[in-house]
Order: sequence, then structure tokens, then C-alpha cells
Amino acid sequence: MMLRLLSVVAALVLCAGQSLAAEPIKIGAVVSVTGPASFLGEPEKNTLEMIRDELNAKGGLLGRPVELILYDDESDVNKAVLAAEKLIKKDQVAAVIGATTSGSTLAIMNKFPAAQVPLVSMSAAEKIVNPVNPWVFKVAPSDRHAVGRILKHAQAKGYKKIAILTVSDGFGQAGREVLKELVPAMGFTLTADEVYGPKDTDMTAQLTKLKDAAPDAIICWGTNPGPAVVARNRAQLGMKTPLYMSHGVASRKFIELAGESAEGLMLPAGHLIVASQLPDSQPQKVLLLAYTSQYKDKFKGDVSPFGGHGWDGLKLVAKAVETAGSDKPAAIRDALEKITAFPGIGGVFSFTDKDHNGLDANAFEMVVIQGGDWKILK
Amino acid sequence: MFAGAPQYLISGLTVGATYGLTALGFTMIFNTTGIINFAQGEFVMLGGMLAVVLQKAGAPLPVAIMLAVAVTALVGCLIERGVIRPVGRTAPVNLVIITIGISILLRGAVMLIWGKDTFALPPFSGSAPLAILGAAVQPQSLWVLLITLLLLVALKLFFSRTIHGKAMLACACEQKAAALMGISVDRMAMLSFGLSGFLGAVGGAILTPITLTSYDVGVMLGLKGFAACILGGLGNPFGAAAGGLILGVLESFGAGFVSSAYKDAFAFIVLLALLFVKPTGLFGGPKSDRV
Amino acid sequence: MGLFRKNFGLLAFAAALGLAPLALPNDYYINVLILCCFNALIVMGLNLLMGYAGQVSLGHAAFFGLAAYTTAISTATLGLPIPVGMLAGVAVSAAVAWLLAVPTLKLHGNYLAMATLGFGIIVSIVFNEAVGLTGGPSGFVGIPRLKIAGFTFTSDKAYYFLSAAVLWVATLVSRRVIGSRTGRALRAIHVSESAAQAMGIDIARHKRFVFVLSAVYAGVAGTLYAHHLTFVAPSSFGFHFSVQLLTMVVLGGMASIWGAVAGAFFLTSLPEFLRMFEEVDILIYGGLLIACMMFMPSGLAGGAQAIARKLKAGVRRG
Repeated sequence: MMLRLLSVVAALVLCAGQSLAAEPIKIGAVVSVTGPASFLGEPEKNTLEMIRDELNAKGGLLGRPVELILYDDESDVNKAVLAAEKLIKKDQVAAVIGATTSGSTLAIMNKFPAAQVPLVSMSAAEKIVNPVNPWVFKVAPSDRHAVGRILKHAQAKGYKKIAILTVSDGFGQAGREVLKELVPAMGFTLTADEVYGPKDTDMTAQLTKLKDAAPDAIICWGTNPGPAVVARNRAQLGMKTPLYMSHGVASRKFIELAGESAEGLMLPAGHLIVASQLPDSQPQKVLLLAYTSQYKDKFKGDVSPFGGHGWDGLKLVAKAVETAGSDKPAAIRDALEKITAFPGIGGVFSFTDKDHNGLDANAFEMVVIQGGDWKILK
Repeated sequence: MFAGAPQYLISGLTVGATYGLTALGFTMIFNTTGIINFAQGEFVMLGGMLAVVLQKAGAPLPVAIMLAVAVTALVGCLIERGVIRPVGRTAPVNLVIITIGISILLRGAVMLIWGKDTFALPPFSGSAPLAILGAAVQPQSLWVLLITLLLLVALKLFFSRTIHGKAMLACACEQKAAALMGISVDRMAMLSFGLSGFLGAVGGAILTPITLTSYDVGVMLGLKGFAACILGGLGNPFGAAAGGLILGVLESFGAGFVSSAYKDAFAFIVLLALLFVKPTGLFGGPKSDRV
Repeated sequence: MGLFRKNFGLLAFAAALGLAPLALPNDYYINVLILCCFNALIVMGLNLLMGYAGQVSLGHAAFFGLAAYTTAISTATLGLPIPVGMLAGVAVSAAVAWLLAVPTLKLHGNYLAMATLGFGIIVSIVFNEAVGLTGGPSGFVGIPRLKIAGFTFTSDKAYYFLSAAVLWVATLVSRRVIGSRTGRALRAIHVSESAAQAMGIDIARHKRFVFVLSAVYAGVAGTLYAHHLTFVAPSSFGFHFSVQLLTMVVLGGMASIWGAVAGAFFLTSLPEFLRMFEEVDILIYGGLLIACMMFMPSGLAGGAQAIARKLKAGVRRG
């Protein structure tokens, strides 16, 4: 009996000693695990937890374990604000990754300069990094680059008239603003500008209207499942007008949902979905293939670029902690800003004090859907 | 400008059928029990999701759909027996909160079991579009309209020809009198929940090839279904179906002729205007106030 | 002594609101309390409408949102002083309610629910689509932090005390209204409109009054909310929130001011307690709603009363 008691005491002392020696490095995350944006948040959460385990299996950072404190904002801005407050004030994390949606990020980002904690956003809106907020970074590529790639392709094809069809949520709104600016700026005429709701199940009315405007090409900006319905309705109406999609649908799920009607659609996508077609010299290739198989093994699902944002966010913070040699928020921020040529899932990141996104148009590749698979367009 | 009209009409009818089918389920429960079932949209979702899951598990499509419909009808019965009946007589608004709770539970359970992704189901007879009046129509839309029509006829026969149907109508008229006549009001309430689960699930299963489905489609459908009920006049099954079709067509014409951004607002403005003119919906009877 | 007893509830409430921050383990929970105050404010108004006058509203999130966006646009876009913006916000909410009341409150039961629901949806679509005015789906950025007479409410604690004070004043006003002639008229309307009319009560005027009053409560909450968060997005003012508000009213207890406060505080802070269950929290939330309604049909207020009665009976017997 005595012996057992002693061993318990010894174990307790050992545990306490260990935790003193290696206090974990706390990294926070605000993710939309549930609610309308959960299809983005779920792969992000999975990936964040996977990378945390991977880091810890390799001995953590600076010899200390990594603790990921992840809160679900339920796709609700109020909850996102509460979650950010909690991470900053209660958990006192070294850095925060999130939020999933642009709306949530915009709602929480002004808290970070005051708290002097760096935030790495996984959402796309340009307002997050333009103008530069010294404490806020983002890993999701900007719509500007994606739109640029599409319009370059359209120019090469000799298209003149462009029609756009966007979803009325944060993602679609951001895309629509950039499209309305760049389409005329790059010498096209914008012949029609239609909108659909994120929960709509039939877009034939909008497409019929677009058809009447007789554009040379249509650009549709949205995330699943809307664009799949657009693709199906386009096939139903027998439209032959070329259709570009956004990088928001660059996941297997889109082809599964749109079925045959996805054939021939073009979109700018990150390198993730075409990793196996990349030349071996491409700096991301090894990472992308590894991430794809790792994710598949662990979660029995397909990778999506959104999960990739989680990968980039946590790995960039980890890299910053290592180069700074400290988990002080200010040191992490300074180190983040100095990261250059860092291959990630979304692209090769090079931050500067003027560029807190660190990606350019090279993060995208124009792809076409052929035979139920993605093909890089030359 | 009006070249698109036939297409808008067809799209509107297809979408409207989804609202109408949901609205029919609302009507079943409301007529027998006086309850507005906020979980009605979840019945539609269950029908679609179960059909998808069973089909993925290897069941042939017709079997998958029949099983999905049967299970959802059973869920409807269980809800009545497990939650609604024990509560007994209580304020209508309390029952509304209970059905909201049920809808949260059903949605949450489906999300936890089958995830947050969107799923598709193959159409019943190919996807090559047919041309009708210069509008392109998916064959599945015709299936939906046909099945909706069949269900309406079947309901009509059920209520006018069968003893159970007549008993349910009696409960709708006056519960106390029905009970005095030896009708088990409890059993009729359970039947109405089962029937409404059945109708919802049929809707979900036949619509999924067109609209796709996910754990959260029920919210929007429930909302539009309720609107369709009110538009047609609460308690009238034909009003509900017609209300659904009208709402769908309004949205589609709104998108085509007014603005695609404000199409839902357009439909609701028309609905409000109608209510202000005719406070009990298009086909609803006048309300008499008991003093 | 009599005066003290009569106002004991109000005094105790003031004390509880004032001492609440001391009981918190850390500053984060202040934010939860602030949200609780906002919601309690809206729910109190909605309870006057539903519990006392018997009129359902499934569109109250719209009044909350209208005020929030109005003050946001007035202060951030037009550069007006904050108090002016906040007054304008409340005024817009009240004016819209006043206009809407005439045709809407003629409707009954489920039709009234539909009309208010439809109104709420139309307003939230406008928030979403009028991008130039509202910033669209991704939200309105850059609302100034609340500043009154040179004092900026920078700390959350200061903001909490302000919100709590407003809530307390609202409680006072509600009690006055209920105890007044208008309050009695409203209860008469709830029981039977025809009977009330026969007694010479101007039904339309009273219904409109309480509808506008509830919109003012929601409007005050909306302006406080906008200047606290300094950011608003349409998703906060949708159908979902209207339903949540309704749930708070019923769960707290109809026709009870304390019930409104209890319902709002309970349902707003509940997710914080459920977090440890991670994704299963949604099931627990739904289950709790059902269980509460099954076992406490008159809400938290009714449940507390029943317990108090039992205790009293026990004391007498003992």
C-alpha cells in the first residue's frame, strides 16, 4: 500500500517536473467547424490537428510541445469575436490562426494590434492585408491573382465580352468586386452581372438572362454546392459559352457533384489538385503529394485547398517560432514578416513589411476538367 | 426581353414543387394537431440524405428511396410518441419551440453521422434535357411534378374515402367532438406526423437529383414551405401545393425580370402585400373569432 | 418597508449586475456578459409584445440590425457624432415598426408570424445586397468605439457597466408600462380582442404602441452592439437570430420581465458551458430546449416560481 502511494507521488512529481521543463507553446485557432462555412472549416480543423500531431511527434518546437487551442465560431461573427477574445485574454496564446471566413476575420482583426498578438487568417478578402495591418497576415491567395489568371487566359483566347455570375456571400462579394474592377481594366466589356443565393438550388433563370446577353465567356464565383448547380443548369440549357469557375471549387467534391456537366470547365487552382502533374523541380510538389496522402490516410476524405490554408498557417507560425527562437508574440510577428521562399500548400510564401499575403499569381495554375479529372492548361 | 419567360416558368415550377411538397407536410400536421412543425424541412433533408447514404451503401436507387421514406415516416411517428404526446396540451408557442429543438437535434445528428458535405443522387431517367415551349427541362423536373400531382390525388382520396382520413379531418375540425365520437386523437396525431414525414421524405428523395442535398438544406426549405402554406391559406393541402408553385414562380420571375440579387425579397414582398389585402392567404377561409 | 419590498427585485438585480464581473475568472467572460445584456434588452421588448400583448414576432432581428446599420452608416460613412448616430438608429427602428404595425398587426397567429418573418427576411436581404451602403455579406468595417461627452469606452468593463445600466433602466421602464393603464389594456387584448374592444380599448393603438416600444428596445441594443463590436455583418441579423430571440422569450417565461432576463442570459451563455462537448454540443442544445419545454412549460420564471412555492409550503409545514 505504502509502496503504491509512494509511486503515485513519484509519478505526480515527475509529471510536474516535466511540465515545468517543457511548458507547451500555445497557438490559438478560430475555425468555422459548424454552420454554413463548415465545409471550409472542417478540413482546416482536421489539417491543423494533423500538423500539430506531426510537430509534436518530432519533438515539438524549441523542445516544447505545441498546444493547439481551437474554438469553433459556428460561422457566426459574434462567436468569432468571443473566440478571439478568449484566445487573447484567457488562453494567452502566442499566435492565432483564423478565422475561416472573411467576415469573421474582419470582425476580429482589429483586436490583434491592441493585444500585440499576430493573426494569420485563412480567408481571402483583400481588406485583411490591404492596407497592411502589422499584426495581421493571411495565407489564402487573393482573388485578384485568381481573376488575373482567368482574364489572361480569356485574352489569349480572344474573348471580348464577359458575363459574371457570383454568389451573394462573403466569398462571392469579394470576387465580384475584383471582377467588376479588372474585367473592364483588362479591356473586356462586362455584359451581364448576375447574383445567386448561397442556398439556391436552381440557377436557370440567371443563366437564361446571361444567355440573352450573348457573352464570349462566363465567370462564376462561388464555393460548393452553388457552382455545381450552375454547371448542371448550363448543361441543361445546352449552353456552349465557355464557363470559368473560381478557385473556390478546386476540390474533388465539385467534380462529384457536377458530374458530366463539369467537363470542359476551366478554373484557376492552387497546385494541390494537380500535384502529380507538376514537374519534379516544382518546389511544392513533394509537400503537396505528402499532404494529400497523409490527409487521405487519416480522414478517409479528399484534400481541399481550404485544408491547405490550415497547413500553411500552422507551419508558417511554427517556422516563425523556430527562427525567432521564442514564443513571444512580438518575436513571432517579426519572424513571420521575414519569411521568404517558404514552400507551402497554397504557394511559395515570401512576406515583407508591405506584403502580408506573400503570394502572387504564380500560386495559381489554370486547369481544365477533362475525363472527370483536372488537367493543367498550357 | 420576354424570350426567357417559358424558361423562368419551368424553373419556377421545379423549385416551387420543392416548396409545395414541404408545405404539404406542414399542412398534414397542422390540420390534425394545430402544430406548426418547424422540423418539417428536416424531414425533407432526411429523405434526401438517407436515400444518398443507402444508395452509396449499395442499395439500388428505388430500394434506397423506399427505405429512406419509410425510415423518415417512422421518425415522424417516434417524434409524436416520444415528445409531442407527453407534453400534452400546452401553448402553441411552446410546441413551436419543441419542434425547433427537434429540428436542431435531427440536423445535428445527421451532421455528426454523415458529415457536412453536399451530396448528389442520380436522376431517375437520364439527364438529357427535353425542349418544351422553347424551354429546356430536366426529365427529373417532370418526375417531380408528376409525383407531386399523384401525391395530391392520393391525399384527396385518403381524406374522402378512407376511415383514417376522415378521422383525421374530424380531429382537424374539433378535437373534443372527434374524441367523443370514439376517434383516438392521439393515434391520429401520430398518423399525421408519420404521414408528414412520408411526404417530406418523398420530396427530399425525388428532389435531390436536381437540388443536391446536405445536412442543412432543411432550414431554407422549412422556411419557404411555411411561406407557401401561408400563401395558399393554412390548412388547405391544395392551397399549400399551389402556394409552393406560386412562390417558386415568383422567385424565378423575380430573378429574371427584376434582379437576381433581390429575387427572394421580391417573393416575400408579394407575399406580404397579399397578406395585407387577404389576411388568411389565397385559399384560406375567413377567420371567425370565438368570444 | 413596503416600498423596499416592492422594489426588492430591482435592487437585487442592480446588485447582481454590478457584482457579476467580480465573480468572473477572467476578463474574457465580460464579453459574454455584454452580449447577454444586449440580448436581454431585445428579449425584454419582445416579451412585452408576446407575453403581455400576445403578438408573435419572428422578425425582431431586423429592428436590431436596422439600428446597428443606421448608426454605423451615420457615424462611419457620414461622419456624424456618435450620439446622433445612435439616436438616428433607434429612431429608424421605431419609425419602421410604426409603419409596419398598421397592416401587420391586423393579422393573427401564424399569419402574423409569417408577416414578421417575411419582413425580417426582406431586411436581411437588403443588408446583404446593398453593398454600397452596408458593405454587403462580408460586413461593415470601421465603426467608431462608443464615445460620450469626451469619454471613450475603451475597456470592456466600462462597456459592460454601461450596457448593464441601460438594461436596468429598461427593466424599470418595462415595469412601469406593465403596471400602467396601457399594460392592463395589453393583457386584456391578449386574453380576448373582442372582449377588450367591447370594453372600449383602442386595440390598434395599443398594439402599435407595444410593437414600437419593442422595436425601440431592439434598436437601443443594436446601436450599443454596433459601437461595441465596431463591426457588423448581415449574418448577425437573420432569421436564425429572430428564432433565437423567440426561444429566449419562451424559455425564460412569457409575461415575465425576470423571465426575459433569465432566458437571454441562459441561452446566450449556454454555448460557453457546452464547449467542452465540442461538436456534440448542438445535440445537447437541442435536447435541452425540448427538455425545458417538456418539464417547465412556463419557462425558467415559471419553474422558479413553482420551486419557490414548494419551498414556502415546506417551510410552513415544517
